[in-house]
Amino acid sequence: MAEVKELVKKLVEKHGRERQNLIPILQGIHLENNFLSKEAMLEVAKQLDIASAEVYGTASFYSFLDTEADGKYKIRVCKSITCDMKGKNEILKTMEDMLRIKVGETTEGKRFSLIETNCIGLCDKGPAMLINDEYYTELTPSKVRKILGDYIRNEY
Amino acid sequence: MLNTKLRKVDIIFSPYSIEPYDILKLTIKKNKEKVIQDIIDSGLRGRGGAGFPTGMKWKFAQQQESKTKYVICNADEGEPGTFKDRKLLVEVPRKVISGMAICAWAVGASKGVIYLRREYRYLINDLNKEIEIYNQNAKEIGLDFSIEIFLGAGAYICGEETALIESMEGKRGEPRNKPPYPIQKGYLGFPTIVNNVETFASATMVCRIGSDEYKKLGTDDQKGSKLFSISGDSPKEGVHELELGMTLKQFVDEFGDGDTKAVQIGGVAGFCVPRKQFDTAIIGEGNTTGGSTMIFNSSRSMYHVLHNYLDFYAEESCGQCTPCRIGTQQLLKGIEAVKSGIRPASYLDQLIKLAETMQITSKCGLGQSVTNSFTSIVKNFREEMIY
Repeated sequence: MAEVKELVKKLVEKHGRERQNLIPILQGIHLENNFLSKEAMLEVAKQLDIASAEVYGTASFYSFLDTEADGKYKIRVCKSITCDMKGKNEILKTMEDMLRIKVGETTEGKRFSLIETNCIGLCDKGPAMLINDEYYTELTPSKVRKILGDYIRNEY
Repeated sequence: MLNTKLRKVDIIFSPYSIEPYDILKLTIKKNKEKVIQDIIDSGLRGRGGAGFPTGMKWKFAQQQESKTKYVICNADEGEPGTFKDRKLLVEVPRKVISGMAICAWAVGASKGVIYLRREYRYLINDLNKEIEIYNQNAKEIGLDFSIEIFLGAGAYICGEETALIESMEGKRGEPRNKPPYPIQKGYLGFPTIVNNVETFASATMVCRIGSDEYKKLGTDDQKGSKLFSISGDSPKEGVHELELGMTLKQFVDEFGDGDTKAVQIGGVAGFCVPRKQFDTAIIGEGNTTGGSTMIFNSSRSMYHVLHNYLDFYAEESCGQCTPCRIGTQQLLKGIEAVKSGIRPASYLDQLIKLAETMQITSKCGLGQSVTNSFTSIVKNFREEMIY
């Protein structure tokens, strides 16, 4: 709790108290904590002197701001039409089997979350995905086994 | 109409024959009105999708009385099938930044922002380095215009300029009513120009080669060259720079896989053209200028394609206005109901009416353009929607 307050204070000092700094502040918290806790959002509201509903309203609007804790590694598989055509489902299936979770779920210990996302701008090299901020293109099941295998080995 | 052939051009990605910052240096010695007039004369239109004449936007912004003005580069490309702006920011960032600086100089803006979509966060370090180089150049030539990056947080709708501004102000990305337009009242209430990445790069090239040269390219409706993001059933996926004005037949002959059934022009917000119209459809006349072009061959189910689009729309609708929020969901449920036999085939006509109503009643381009792909797919591939 005290840590969150400290972090928010630091970010507010860095970016400023004006409303237009809300998203950079939320992104800063997200980077540290991997999600936006209720405490963090309340503290931001207090510091920026805006209603907490405004903070939650903004945070919950965007797909890269999570208001619930999930995996340390967030896997976003593109589901837009051209990635879909090139075998997105097979890629998902491979990862579901490896992680023993379904799309939309998080592994035990909150290590990996597997979700589908809309176009990530890598359509000429589909199927594509992001793992946190890293991108991976022209995926095949065997490529996915290698990529994800490396993450899993580093993680367990 | 000028061009009627498929012609490849190499303007935007051509290696720097002179440094873009030299173009900037030369341009800001000229008369501001003349430079804006040159952009107007070139016929350049916004390359993000809406296609507003760029020079006119600059002129209106210049006429605004305000000490503070903003120039924003819209790098929130989220239209499915679009990836040209990413390539521009990676390969020719200086052309983009020069375009922003020329614009800022011409309209009298001192602050610039690149609104980078969250999905492209991996570009941020290299872009920041480029901005440092620019800032050094700006100092040397005495230009008072600084640029910073605003990282988006993941929302398709933020590509719409007023939603983008709302997002920069720390709010939900919900589009505003227009007017006032951003050039009157934009970011924090100040006059703001929002242009697409490619628009700025193209503006730099208009300043480089002159409007006379530039407008020789293209059609009456749309001048110049255009980047096409090509994906789908094509052996030549990637970004291609083409002169506007070719028929879809020529396009498909060049980029299709020999078995092309339909082409989606202008992304999900654009039109789906079936094979029987390839001869008459001209790229650049009446269709959007975003450049997302997705090619489908005979093996693809157009029901599946439409279902994918509607799923996208239902998810990305910001939810602010009812026609779009409810409409996108009802269209999705509607085609599922017809496909599964719960509703008769004639229900499709009601859905087309709903899509048309959304075009009239939705607040922004998202809800307004659903009918483009919806109606063109349902009308041309009706049998695939039913069986």
